[in-house]
Amino acid sequence: MPNDPHALTVTLRVNGEETRFDVDPRTTLLDALRDRLHLTGTKKGCGLGQCGACTVHLDGRRIVSCLTLAVMADGASVTTIEGLGTPDALHPMQEAFVACDAFQCGYCTPGQIMSAVALLQEGHCGSDEEIREHMSGNLCRCGAYANIVDAIRTVAGATDRSGAAVPSREDA
Amino acid sequence: MRAFTYERLDAATGASRRADHPGTTYIAGGTDLLQLMQEGIAHPRALLDVSRVGTTGVTAQLDGIRIGAATRLADVIEDPIVAERLPLVAEALAASASPQVRNMATIGGNLLQKTRCLYFRDVTTPCNKREPGSGCPAQAGQNRLNAVFGGSPHCIATHASDLAVALVALDAEVIVERAGGEKSIRLDDFYRLPGDTPYVETALEPGDLITAVFVPIQATNLPGRYLKVRDRASFEWALVSAAVALVVADGEVVAARVAAGGVGTKPWRLPAVEDRLVGRPMDVQTLQLAAEAAADGADPRPGNAFKVPLLVNAVARALAATADQEANR
Ligand SMILES: Cc1cc2nc3c(=O)[nH]c(=O)nc-3n(C[C@H](O)[C@H](O)[C@H](O)COP(=O)(O)OP(=O)(O)OC[C@H]3O[C@@H](n4cnc5c(N)ncnc54)[C@H](O)[C@@H]3O)c2cc1C
Ligand code: SF4
Ligand code: FES
Ligand code: FES
Repeated sequence: MPNDPHALTVTLRVNGEETRFDVDPRTTLLDALRDRLHLTGTKKGCGLGQCGACTVHLDGRRIVSCLTLAVMADGASVTTIEGLGTPDALHPMQEAFVACDAFQCGYCTPGQIMSAVALLQEGHCGSDEEIREHMSGNLCRCGAYANIVDAIRTVAGATDRSGAAVPSREDA
Repeated sequence: MRAFTYERLDAATGASRRADHPGTTYIAGGTDLLQLMQEGIAHPRALLDVSRVGTTGVTAQLDGIRIGAATRLADVIEDPIVAERLPLVAEALAASASPQVRNMATIGGNLLQKTRCLYFRDVTTPCNKREPGSGCPAQAGQNRLNAVFGGSPHCIATHASDLAVALVALDAEVIVERAGGEKSIRLDDFYRLPGDTPYVETALEPGDLITAVFVPIQATNLPGRYLKVRDRASFEWALVSAAVALVVADGEVVAARVAAGGVGTKPWRLPAVEDRLVGRPMDVQTLQLAAEAAADGADPRPGNAFKVPLLVNAVARALAATADQEANR
Protein backbone atom coordinates (compact mmCIF):
# COMPACT_ATOMS: atom_id res chain seq x y z
CA MET A 1 0.00 0.00 0.00
CA PRO A 2 2.54 2.60 -1.09
CA ASN A 3 0.19 5.61 -1.07
CA ASP A 4 -1.69 4.80 2.09
CA PRO A 5 -1.07 7.63 4.58
CA HIS A 6 -1.82 5.24 7.47
CA ALA A 7 0.56 2.51 6.24
CA LEU A 8 3.17 1.33 8.74
CA THR A 9 6.35 -0.64 8.22
CA VAL A 10 6.46 -3.99 9.99
CA THR A 11 9.51 -6.14 10.60
CA LEU A 12 8.88 -9.81 11.27
CA ARG A 13 11.15 -12.81 11.52
CA VAL A 14 9.10 -15.44 9.71
CA ASN A 15 10.32 -19.04 9.79
CA GLY A 16 13.81 -17.81 10.56
CA GLU A 17 14.01 -15.14 7.86
CA GLU A 18 13.69 -11.44 8.52
CA THR A 19 11.18 -9.61 6.36
CA ARG A 20 10.01 -5.99 6.20
CA PHE A 21 6.89 -4.72 4.54
CA ASP A 22 4.38 -1.87 4.64
CA VAL A 23 0.85 -2.65 5.78
CA ASP A 24 -2.44 -0.92 6.32
CA PRO A 25 -2.89 -1.13 10.14
CA ARG A 26 -6.16 -3.03 9.55
CA THR A 27 -4.27 -6.06 8.21
CA THR A 28 -4.41 -9.01 10.57
CA LEU A 29 -1.27 -11.10 11.04
CA LEU A 30 -3.16 -13.91 9.28
CA ASP A 31 -3.87 -11.82 6.18
CA ALA A 32 -0.30 -10.49 6.13
CA LEU A 33 1.08 -14.04 6.20
CA ARG A 34 -1.25 -15.28 3.48
CA ASP A 35 -1.65 -12.30 1.16
CA ARG A 36 1.60 -10.37 1.58
CA LEU A 37 4.10 -13.13 2.33
CA HIS A 38 2.22 -15.81 0.33
CA LEU A 39 2.46 -18.33 3.15
CA THR A 40 -0.94 -19.88 2.52
CA GLY A 41 -0.41 -22.92 4.77
CA THR A 42 -2.00 -20.94 7.60
CA LYS A 43 -5.77 -21.14 7.07
CA LYS A 44 -8.62 -18.73 7.69
CA GLY A 45 -11.73 -20.31 9.18
CA CYS A 46 -13.85 -18.05 11.33
CA GLY A 47 -11.68 -14.93 11.63
CA LEU A 48 -12.98 -14.55 15.21
CA GLY A 49 -10.66 -16.71 17.29
CA GLN A 50 -13.11 -19.59 17.52
CA CYS A 51 -11.71 -22.33 15.27
CA GLY A 52 -7.89 -22.35 15.53
CA ALA A 53 -7.29 -22.85 11.78
CA CYS A 54 -5.01 -19.78 11.79
CA THR A 55 -2.79 -20.95 14.69
CA VAL A 56 0.88 -19.91 14.40
CA HIS A 57 3.67 -19.45 16.95
CA LEU A 58 4.48 -15.87 17.92
CA ASP A 59 7.77 -15.61 19.82
CA GLY A 60 7.44 -19.31 20.55
CA ARG A 61 3.83 -19.29 21.82
CA ARG A 62 0.78 -20.46 19.92
CA ILE A 63 -1.72 -17.75 19.07
CA VAL A 64 -4.62 -17.28 16.67
CA SER A 65 -3.27 -15.00 13.92
CA CYS A 66 -6.76 -13.74 12.95
CA LEU A 67 -7.13 -11.83 16.26
CA THR A 68 -3.89 -9.90 16.14
CA LEU A 69 -2.86 -7.12 13.81
CA ALA A 70 0.35 -7.41 11.80
CA VAL A 71 1.47 -4.09 13.32
CA MET A 72 0.98 -5.51 16.83
CA ALA A 73 3.48 -8.27 15.96
CA ASP A 74 6.15 -5.81 14.77
CA GLY A 75 9.57 -7.06 15.88
CA ALA A 76 8.37 -10.58 16.71
CA SER A 77 9.31 -14.03 15.40
CA VAL A 78 6.59 -16.03 13.70
CA THR A 79 6.64 -19.73 12.89
CA THR A 80 4.05 -21.06 10.46
CA ILE A 81 3.40 -24.59 9.25
CA GLU A 82 5.85 -23.88 6.37
CA GLY A 83 8.60 -23.37 8.96
CA LEU A 84 8.02 -26.67 10.72
CA GLY A 85 9.05 -29.20 8.08
CA THR A 86 9.24 -29.69 4.32
CA PRO A 87 7.54 -32.31 2.14
CA ASP A 88 10.73 -34.41 2.12
CA ALA A 89 11.69 -33.70 5.73
CA LEU A 90 8.49 -33.67 7.75
CA HIS A 91 8.41 -32.57 11.37
CA PRO A 92 7.71 -35.58 13.64
CA MET A 93 4.24 -34.16 14.37
CA GLN A 94 3.49 -33.86 10.63
CA GLU A 95 4.68 -37.45 10.18
CA ALA A 96 2.46 -38.60 13.03
CA PHE A 97 -0.58 -36.85 11.55
CA VAL A 98 0.02 -38.70 8.26
CA ALA A 99 0.70 -42.02 9.99
CA CYS A 100 -2.38 -41.76 12.23
CA ASP A 101 -4.69 -40.52 9.47
CA ALA A 102 -5.41 -37.46 11.63
CA PHE A 103 -7.27 -35.46 8.99
CA GLN A 104 -9.84 -35.78 6.27
CA CYS A 105 -10.22 -32.55 4.25
CA GLY A 106 -7.05 -31.12 5.79
CA TYR A 107 -8.30 -27.57 6.24
CA CYS A 108 -7.86 -27.49 10.02
CA THR A 109 -4.63 -29.51 9.90
CA PRO A 110 -1.94 -26.77 9.79
CA GLY A 111 -3.56 -25.15 12.83
CA GLN A 112 -3.92 -28.51 14.60
CA ILE A 113 -0.26 -29.30 14.02
CA MET A 114 0.94 -25.85 15.17
CA SER A 115 -1.13 -26.27 18.33
CA ALA A 116 0.05 -29.84 18.86
CA VAL A 117 3.73 -28.84 18.63
CA ALA A 118 3.12 -26.03 21.14
CA LEU A 119 1.32 -28.46 23.43
CA LEU A 120 4.45 -30.63 23.59
CA GLN A 121 6.49 -27.60 24.61
CA GLU A 122 3.87 -26.60 27.20
CA GLY A 123 4.00 -30.10 28.65
CA HIS A 124 0.25 -30.65 28.56
CA CYS A 125 0.15 -34.10 27.03
CA GLY A 126 0.22 -36.37 30.08
CA SER A 127 -3.08 -38.08 29.27
CA ASP A 128 -5.64 -38.20 26.47
CA GLU A 129 -7.90 -36.06 28.62
CA GLU A 130 -5.21 -33.42 29.02
CA ILE A 131 -4.42 -33.50 25.30
CA ARG A 132 -8.10 -33.01 24.46
CA GLU A 133 -8.48 -30.09 26.88
CA HIS A 134 -5.39 -28.34 25.56
CA MET A 135 -6.35 -28.95 21.92
CA SER A 136 -9.84 -27.51 22.50
CA GLY A 137 -8.94 -24.30 20.67
CA ASN A 138 -8.72 -26.23 17.38
CA LEU A 139 -11.96 -27.39 15.84
CA CYS A 140 -12.23 -30.03 13.11
CA ARG A 141 -15.42 -30.07 11.05
CA CYS A 142 -14.48 -33.50 9.72
CA GLY A 143 -14.33 -34.86 13.26
CA ALA A 144 -10.83 -36.33 13.06
CA TYR A 145 -10.42 -35.73 16.80
CA ALA A 146 -9.73 -39.31 17.88
CA ASN A 147 -6.90 -39.69 15.36
CA ILE A 148 -5.50 -36.25 16.20
CA VAL A 149 -5.18 -37.35 19.84
CA ASP A 150 -3.52 -40.59 18.64
CA ALA A 151 -0.98 -38.60 16.63
CA ILE A 152 -0.12 -36.29 19.52
CA ARG A 153 0.13 -39.16 21.99
CA THR A 154 2.49 -40.97 19.63
CA VAL A 155 4.85 -38.00 19.40
CA ALA A 156 4.52 -37.09 23.09
CA GLY A 157 5.59 -40.60 24.04
CA ALA A 158 8.66 -40.21 21.88
CA THR A 159 9.84 -36.86 23.21
CA ASP A 160 10.58 -35.40 26.58
CA ARG A 161 8.28 -32.96 28.39
CA SER A 162 10.13 -29.86 27.19
CA GLY A 163 9.68 -30.98 23.59
CA ALA A 164 13.46 -30.73 23.25
CA ALA A 165 13.75 -33.80 21.08
CA VAL A 166 11.44 -32.27 18.49
CA PRO A 167 13.64 -30.52 15.93
CA SER A 168 12.26 -27.72 13.78
CA ARG A 169 13.71 -26.49 10.53
CA GLU A 170 14.78 -23.30 12.32
CA ASP A 171 17.15 -25.28 14.55
CA ALA A 172 18.61 -27.21 11.63
CA MET B 1 -13.17 -2.38 9.10
CA ARG B 2 -12.79 1.40 9.11
CA ALA B 3 -9.35 2.97 8.84
CA PHE B 4 -7.49 3.81 12.06
CA THR B 5 -4.05 4.85 13.19
CA TYR B 6 -1.95 2.59 15.39
CA GLU B 7 0.71 3.41 17.92
CA ARG B 8 2.51 1.28 20.49
CA LEU B 9 2.97 2.93 23.88
CA ASP B 10 6.02 2.24 26.04
CA ALA B 11 4.87 3.72 29.35
CA ALA B 12 1.68 4.23 31.33
CA THR B 13 2.67 7.81 32.11
CA GLY B 14 0.71 10.22 29.97
CA ALA B 15 -1.37 7.43 28.40
CA SER B 16 -4.64 8.63 29.90
CA ARG B 17 -4.17 12.11 28.42
CA ARG B 18 -3.40 10.60 25.01
CA ALA B 19 -6.42 8.33 25.12
CA ASP B 20 -8.89 10.94 26.32
CA HIS B 21 -10.23 11.66 22.82
CA PRO B 22 -13.40 10.34 21.21
CA GLY B 23 -12.46 7.49 18.88
CA THR B 24 -9.19 6.68 20.63
CA THR B 25 -9.12 3.21 22.20
CA TYR B 26 -6.56 1.09 23.98
CA ILE B 27 -5.76 -2.31 22.57
CA ALA B 28 -3.92 -4.99 24.57
CA GLY B 29 -4.22 -8.61 23.39
CA GLY B 30 -6.80 -7.52 20.82
CA THR B 31 -8.83 -10.70 21.25
CA ASP B 32 -12.12 -8.98 22.05
CA LEU B 33 -11.60 -5.61 20.38
CA LEU B 34 -10.66 -7.16 17.03
CA GLN B 35 -13.76 -9.36 17.10
CA LEU B 36 -15.84 -6.21 17.63
CA MET B 37 -14.01 -4.38 14.84
CA GLN B 38 -14.35 -7.31 12.42
CA GLU B 39 -18.08 -7.44 13.14
CA GLY B 40 -18.55 -3.68 12.70
CA ILE B 41 -19.53 -3.19 16.36
CA ALA B 42 -16.52 -1.04 17.31
CA HIS B 43 -14.89 1.41 14.93
CA PRO B 44 -12.04 3.23 16.66
CA ARG B 45 -10.11 5.89 14.78
CA ALA B 46 -6.91 5.52 16.79
CA LEU B 47 -5.52 2.48 18.60
CA LEU B 48 -3.00 2.84 21.41
CA ASP B 49 -1.31 -0.52 22.06
CA VAL B 50 -0.80 -0.92 25.82
CA SER B 51 0.29 -4.57 25.74
CA ARG B 52 3.84 -3.62 26.78
CA VAL B 53 2.90 -0.88 29.25
CA GLY B 54 3.41 -1.03 33.02
CA THR B 55 4.66 -3.84 35.20
CA THR B 56 3.58 -7.24 33.98
CA GLY B 57 3.57 -10.37 36.07
CA VAL B 58 2.46 -11.21 39.58
CA THR B 59 3.94 -9.60 42.69
CA ALA B 60 3.41 -10.67 46.30
CA GLN B 61 3.22 -7.59 48.53
CA LEU B 62 2.80 -7.38 52.29
CA ASP B 63 -0.83 -6.30 51.92
CA GLY B 64 -1.84 -8.56 49.07
CA ILE B 65 -1.11 -9.82 45.55
CA ARG B 66 -0.81 -7.55 42.52
CA ILE B 67 -1.26 -8.73 38.96
CA GLY B 68 -0.09 -6.36 36.20
CA ALA B 69 -2.88 -5.48 33.73
CA ALA B 70 -0.82 -6.42 30.67
CA THR B 71 -0.01 -9.91 31.99
CA ARG B 72 -1.29 -12.60 29.62
CA LEU B 73 -3.84 -15.03 31.06
CA ALA B 74 -1.55 -18.03 30.38
CA ASP B 75 1.27 -16.41 32.36
CA VAL B 76 -1.01 -15.80 35.34
CA ILE B 77 -2.15 -19.45 35.33
CA GLU B 78 1.48 -20.64 35.28
CA ASP B 79 2.64 -18.18 37.95
CA PRO B 80 3.73 -20.03 41.13
CA ILE B 81 2.33 -17.30 43.46
CA VAL B 82 -1.09 -17.58 41.81
CA ALA B 83 -1.02 -21.38 41.80
CA GLU B 84 -0.27 -21.47 45.52
CA ARG B 85 -2.08 -18.44 46.91
CA LEU B 86 -4.91 -17.71 44.46
CA PRO B 87 -6.09 -21.16 43.31
CA LEU B 88 -9.56 -19.79 42.54
CA VAL B 89 -8.09 -17.31 40.06
CA ALA B 90 -5.92 -19.97 38.42
CA GLU B 91 -8.90 -22.30 38.03
CA ALA B 92 -11.15 -19.58 36.58
CA LEU B 93 -8.50 -18.60 34.04
CA ALA B 94 -7.71 -22.19 33.05
CA ALA B 95 -11.41 -22.58 32.21
CA SER B 96 -11.39 -19.42 30.05
CA ALA B 97 -11.23 -19.36 26.24
CA SER B 98 -8.60 -21.53 24.47
CA PRO B 99 -4.84 -22.01 24.99
CA GLN B 100 -4.13 -19.76 21.99
CA VAL B 101 -6.41 -16.97 23.26
CA ARG B 102 -4.96 -17.30 26.79
CA ASN B 103 -1.48 -16.69 25.32
CA MET B 104 -2.72 -13.37 23.85
CA ALA B 105 -5.44 -12.02 26.15
CA THR B 106 -4.48 -9.75 29.05
CA ILE B 107 -5.92 -9.35 32.54
CA GLY B 108 -7.02 -5.75 31.89
CA GLY B 109 -8.68 -6.60 28.59
CA ASN B 110 -10.40 -9.62 30.11
CA LEU B 111 -12.19 -7.49 32.70
CA LEU B 112 -13.39 -5.14 29.91
CA GLN B 113 -14.53 -7.74 27.38
CA LYS B 114 -18.02 -7.06 26.01
CA THR B 115 -21.08 -9.21 26.59
CA ARG B 116 -21.86 -12.28 24.48
CA CYS B 117 -25.56 -11.29 24.18
CA LEU B 118 -26.51 -12.48 20.68
CA TYR B 119 -28.13 -9.17 19.78
CA PHE B 120 -25.21 -7.07 20.98
CA ARG B 121 -22.91 -9.11 18.71
CA ASP B 122 -25.23 -8.79 15.68
CA VAL B 123 -25.22 -5.29 14.15
CA THR B 124 -28.35 -6.05 12.10
CA THR B 125 -30.51 -6.04 15.27
CA PRO B 126 -31.38 -3.26 17.75
CA CYS B 127 -29.59 -3.20 21.11
CA ASN B 128 -29.57 -0.49 23.80
CA LYS B 129 -26.04 -1.30 24.83
CA ARG B 130 -24.67 -0.94 21.29
CA GLU B 131 -27.09 1.73 20.00
CA PRO B 132 -28.54 3.66 22.95
CA GLY B 133 -32.32 3.93 22.71
CA SER B 134 -32.77 1.33 19.96
CA GLY B 135 -34.45 -1.25 22.22
CA CYS B 136 -33.67 -4.58 23.84
CA PRO B 137 -34.86 -7.54 21.74
CA ALA B 138 -33.50 -9.98 24.35
CA GLN B 139 -36.35 -9.14 26.78
CA ALA B 140 -38.91 -11.08 24.75
CA GLY B 141 -36.62 -12.79 22.24
CA GLN B 142 -33.73 -15.20 22.54
CA ASN B 143 -32.60 -14.79 26.13
CA ARG B 144 -31.22 -18.22 26.94
CA LEU B 145 -27.76 -16.72 27.52
CA ASN B 146 -28.98 -13.62 29.36
CA ALA B 147 -29.06 -12.58 33.00
CA VAL B 148 -31.44 -13.51 35.82
CA PHE B 149 -29.95 -10.98 38.28
CA GLY B 150 -29.36 -7.25 37.95
CA GLY B 151 -31.32 -6.70 34.75
CA SER B 152 -33.53 -3.78 33.81
CA PRO B 153 -36.19 -3.26 31.13
CA HIS B 154 -33.35 -1.74 29.09
CA CYS B 155 -30.82 -4.59 29.23
CA ILE B 156 -30.35 -8.11 30.62
CA ALA B 157 -26.91 -8.89 29.22
CA THR B 158 -24.53 -10.97 31.34
CA HIS B 159 -20.93 -10.08 31.95
CA ALA B 160 -18.87 -12.79 30.27
CA SER B 161 -15.55 -12.84 32.17
CA ASP B 162 -14.76 -15.88 34.32
CA LEU B 163 -11.83 -14.09 35.95
CA ALA B 164 -14.07 -11.26 37.14
CA VAL B 165 -16.31 -13.71 39.01
CA ALA B 166 -13.36 -15.16 40.92
CA LEU B 167 -12.01 -11.66 41.62
CA VAL B 168 -15.33 -10.30 42.87
CA ALA B 169 -15.52 -13.21 45.31
CA LEU B 170 -12.05 -12.20 46.55
CA ASP B 171 -12.91 -8.47 46.97
CA ALA B 172 -10.28 -7.55 44.38
CA GLU B 173 -9.56 -3.96 43.39
CA VAL B 174 -8.80 -2.48 39.99
CA ILE B 175 -5.88 -0.05 39.92
CA VAL B 176 -6.46 2.72 37.41
CA GLU B 177 -4.09 5.35 36.03
CA ARG B 178 -6.08 8.55 35.59
CA ALA B 179 -4.84 11.99 34.54
CA GLY B 180 -4.02 13.41 37.96
CA GLY B 181 -3.07 10.22 39.72
CA GLU B 182 -3.70 6.58 40.56
CA LYS B 183 -7.06 5.31 41.76
CA SER B 184 -8.17 2.04 43.28
CA ILE B 185 -11.73 0.82 42.70
CA ARG B 186 -13.33 -2.29 44.24
CA LEU B 187 -14.20 -4.59 41.34
CA ASP B 188 -17.73 -4.96 42.70
CA ASP B 189 -18.20 -1.17 42.41
CA PHE B 190 -16.25 -1.02 39.14
CA TYR B 191 -19.04 -2.78 37.21
CA ARG B 192 -22.30 -0.85 36.79
CA LEU B 193 -25.81 -2.25 36.65
CA PRO B 194 -27.51 -1.47 33.30
CA GLY B 195 -30.41 0.61 34.69
CA ASP B 196 -31.46 2.96 31.90
CA THR B 197 -27.87 3.46 30.70
CA PRO B 198 -26.72 -0.05 29.68
CA TYR B 199 -23.92 1.45 27.57
CA VAL B 200 -22.24 2.71 30.77
CA GLU B 201 -20.59 -0.51 31.95
CA THR B 202 -17.83 0.47 34.34
CA ALA B 203 -16.60 3.27 36.60
CA LEU B 204 -13.85 4.09 34.09
CA GLU B 205 -13.64 7.64 32.79
CA PRO B 206 -12.42 8.52 29.30
CA GLY B 207 -8.68 7.87 29.03
CA ASP B 208 -8.46 5.73 32.20
CA LEU B 209 -5.83 3.01 31.92
CA ILE B 210 -6.05 -0.13 34.07
CA THR B 211 -2.56 -0.86 35.36
CA ALA B 212 -3.19 -3.75 37.76
CA VAL B 213 -5.58 -5.91 39.73
CA PHE B 214 -5.00 -6.24 43.47
CA VAL B 215 -6.24 -9.03 45.76
CA PRO B 216 -6.12 -8.04 49.46
CA ILE B 217 -4.15 -10.29 51.79
CA GLN B 218 -7.19 -11.59 53.70
CA ALA B 219 -8.53 -13.07 50.44
CA THR B 220 -5.31 -14.96 49.63
CA ASN B 221 -4.33 -18.50 50.63
CA LEU B 222 -7.97 -19.62 50.84
CA PRO B 223 -9.16 -23.00 49.65
CA GLY B 224 -11.53 -22.32 46.78
CA ARG B 225 -13.03 -23.74 43.61
CA TYR B 226 -14.32 -22.30 40.34
CA LEU B 227 -16.98 -24.47 38.76
CA LYS B 228 -18.06 -23.64 35.21
CA VAL B 229 -21.08 -25.17 33.48
CA ARG B 230 -21.20 -24.74 29.70
CA ASP B 231 -22.77 -26.05 26.51
CA ARG B 232 -19.66 -28.03 25.62
CA ALA B 233 -16.92 -29.51 27.79
CA SER B 234 -14.33 -26.86 27.01
CA PHE B 235 -13.69 -23.61 25.05
CA GLU B 236 -17.06 -21.99 25.75
CA TRP B 237 -18.36 -19.14 27.86
CA ALA B 238 -20.27 -20.05 31.03
CA LEU B 239 -23.98 -20.75 31.14
CA VAL B 240 -23.53 -20.63 34.90
CA SER B 241 -20.42 -20.59 37.05
CA ALA B 242 -19.74 -20.54 40.77
CA ALA B 243 -16.69 -19.19 42.60
CA VAL B 244 -16.31 -20.28 46.21
CA ALA B 245 -13.68 -19.68 48.90
CA LEU B 246 -14.10 -20.75 52.52
CA VAL B 247 -12.31 -20.39 55.83
CA VAL B 248 -13.05 -23.25 58.22
CA ALA B 249 -11.88 -23.61 61.83
CA ASP B 250 -12.75 -26.45 64.19
CA GLY B 251 -15.42 -27.74 61.84
CA GLU B 252 -17.18 -24.38 61.60
CA VAL B 253 -17.32 -22.01 58.65
CA VAL B 254 -15.62 -18.80 59.74
CA ALA B 255 -15.71 -16.88 56.48
CA ALA B 256 -17.32 -17.51 53.10
CA ARG B 257 -16.98 -15.86 49.71
CA VAL B 258 -19.38 -16.89 46.98
CA ALA B 259 -19.97 -15.33 43.55
CA ALA B 260 -21.65 -16.47 40.35
CA GLY B 261 -21.05 -15.96 36.63
CA GLY B 262 -23.34 -16.31 33.62
CA VAL B 263 -26.32 -15.17 35.65
CA GLY B 264 -25.82 -11.47 36.44
CA THR B 265 -25.49 -8.25 34.48
CA LYS B 266 -22.22 -8.02 36.39
CA PRO B 267 -20.22 -10.66 38.27
CA TRP B 268 -22.75 -11.57 40.95
CA ARG B 269 -21.79 -11.85 44.61
CA LEU B 270 -24.19 -14.07 46.59
CA PRO B 271 -24.33 -12.63 50.16
CA ALA B 272 -27.45 -14.69 51.04
CA VAL B 273 -25.44 -17.87 50.45
CA GLU B 274 -22.51 -16.53 52.48
CA ASP B 275 -24.85 -15.62 55.38
CA ARG B 276 -26.14 -19.18 55.54
CA LEU B 277 -22.59 -20.52 55.81
CA VAL B 278 -20.81 -18.32 58.32
CA GLY B 279 -21.04 -19.53 61.92
CA ARG B 280 -22.56 -22.89 60.90
CA PRO B 281 -21.02 -26.34 61.14
CA MET B 282 -19.36 -27.34 57.91
CA ASP B 283 -21.62 -30.25 56.96
CA VAL B 284 -23.70 -31.46 54.04
CA GLN B 285 -26.88 -29.89 55.39
CA THR B 286 -25.31 -26.44 55.83
CA LEU B 287 -23.88 -26.52 52.32
CA GLN B 288 -27.17 -27.58 50.74
CA LEU B 289 -29.26 -24.98 52.63
CA ALA B 290 -26.76 -22.31 51.72
CA ALA B 291 -26.73 -23.26 48.03
CA GLU B 292 -30.51 -22.96 47.87
CA ALA B 293 -30.22 -19.28 48.80
CA ALA B 294 -28.45 -18.71 45.46
CA ALA B 295 -31.91 -18.52 43.87
CA ASP B 296 -32.99 -15.59 46.07
CA GLY B 297 -34.10 -12.62 44.03
CA ALA B 298 -33.73 -14.30 40.63
CA ASP B 299 -35.85 -12.76 37.86
CA PRO B 300 -35.77 -15.32 35.05
CA ARG B 301 -37.29 -15.14 31.54
CA PRO B 302 -38.75 -18.18 29.77
CA GLY B 303 -35.53 -18.75 27.84
CA ASN B 304 -33.21 -18.66 30.85
CA ALA B 305 -35.33 -20.02 33.74
CA PHE B 306 -33.18 -23.18 33.59
CA LYS B 307 -30.29 -21.12 34.95
CA VAL B 308 -31.86 -20.82 38.41
CA PRO B 309 -31.77 -24.52 39.40
CA LEU B 310 -28.50 -24.88 37.47
CA LEU B 311 -27.02 -22.13 39.64
CA VAL B 312 -28.21 -23.72 42.89
CA ASN B 313 -26.66 -27.04 41.85
CA ALA B 314 -23.43 -25.41 40.66
CA VAL B 315 -23.05 -23.54 43.97
CA ALA B 316 -23.77 -26.75 45.90
CA ARG B 317 -21.12 -28.64 43.93
CA ALA B 318 -18.54 -25.85 44.23
CA LEU B 319 -19.14 -25.70 48.01
CA ALA B 320 -18.79 -29.47 48.33
CA ALA B 321 -15.59 -29.45 46.26
CA THR B 322 -14.14 -26.67 48.41
CA ALA B 323 -15.09 -28.57 51.58
CA ASP B 324 -13.21 -31.60 50.20
CA GLN B 325 -10.18 -29.48 49.45
CA GLU B 326 -10.32 -28.01 52.95
CA ALA B 327 -10.65 -31.47 54.53
CA ASN B 328 -7.56 -32.68 52.65
CA ARG B 329 -5.34 -29.73 53.53
C1 LIG C 1 -12.87 -17.61 21.03
C2 LIG C 1 -12.86 -16.92 22.34
C3 LIG C 1 -13.35 -17.55 23.48
C4 LIG C 1 -13.36 -16.90 24.72
N1 LIG C 1 -13.83 -17.55 25.83
C5 LIG C 1 -13.79 -16.92 27.03
C6 LIG C 1 -14.20 -17.58 28.23
O1 LIG C 1 -14.59 -18.74 28.22
N2 LIG C 1 -14.14 -16.88 29.40
C7 LIG C 1 -13.69 -15.59 29.45
O2 LIG C 1 -13.65 -15.01 30.54
N3 LIG C 1 -13.30 -14.95 28.34
C8 LIG C 1 -13.33 -15.59 27.15
N4 LIG C 1 -12.93 -14.94 26.03
C9 LIG C 1 -12.65 -13.51 26.11
C10 LIG C 1 -11.21 -13.21 26.32
O3 LIG C 1 -10.84 -13.62 27.62
C11 LIG C 1 -11.05 -11.71 26.14
O4 LIG C 1 -11.23 -11.43 24.76
C12 LIG C 1 -9.70 -11.23 26.54
O5 LIG C 1 -9.43 -11.50 27.89
C13 LIG C 1 -9.57 -9.74 26.32
O6 LIG C 1 -8.26 -9.34 26.63
P1 LIG C 1 -7.38 -8.59 25.53
O7 LIG C 1 -6.10 -8.22 26.17
O8 LIG C 1 -7.29 -9.38 24.28
O9 LIG C 1 -8.28 -7.30 25.32
P2 LIG C 1 -8.50 -6.36 24.06
O10 LIG C 1 -9.37 -7.03 23.07
O11 LIG C 1 -7.19 -5.83 23.60
O12 LIG C 1 -9.30 -5.19 24.78
C14 LIG C 1 -10.59 -5.38 25.30
C15 LIG C 1 -11.08 -4.04 25.83
O13 LIG C 1 -10.33 -3.65 26.96
C16 LIG C 1 -9.75 -2.37 26.78
N5 LIG C 1 -8.45 -2.43 27.46
C17 LIG C 1 -7.51 -3.40 27.32
N6 LIG C 1 -6.49 -3.19 28.20
C18 LIG C 1 -6.81 -2.06 28.89
C19 LIG C 1 -6.17 -1.34 29.94
N7 LIG C 1 -5.00 -1.72 30.46
N8 LIG C 1 -6.80 -0.24 30.45
C20 LIG C 1 -7.98 0.17 29.94
N9 LIG C 1 -8.62 -0.47 28.94
C21 LIG C 1 -8.05 -1.57 28.43
C22 LIG C 1 -9.69 -2.17 25.28
O14 LIG C 1 -9.76 -0.80 24.96
C23 LIG C 1 -10.94 -2.90 24.83
O15 LIG C 1 -12.05 -2.09 24.97
C24 LIG C 1 -12.87 -15.58 24.81
C25 LIG C 1 -12.37 -14.94 23.67
C26 LIG C 1 -12.34 -15.60 22.45
C27 LIG C 1 -11.77 -14.90 21.26
S1 SF4 D 1 -29.74 -7.55 26.75
FE1 SF4 D 1 -28.46 -5.68 26.62
S2 SF4 D 1 -26.90 -6.32 25.15
FE2 SF4 D 1 -28.60 -7.76 24.86
S3 SF4 D 1 -29.98 -6.84 23.32
FE3 SF4 D 1 -30.71 -6.13 25.30
S4 SF4 D 1 -29.65 -4.15 25.49
FE4 SF4 D 1 -28.49 -5.28 23.97
S1 FES E 1 -9.59 -18.14 11.67
FE1 FES E 1 -8.52 -17.63 13.46
S2 FES E 1 -9.50 -18.86 14.95
FE2 FES E 1 -10.73 -19.20 13.22
S1 FES F 1 -9.78 -32.45 8.59
FE1 FES F 1 -11.43 -31.33 7.73
S2 FES F 1 -11.75 -29.82 9.25
FE2 FES F 1 -10.33 -31.09 10.21
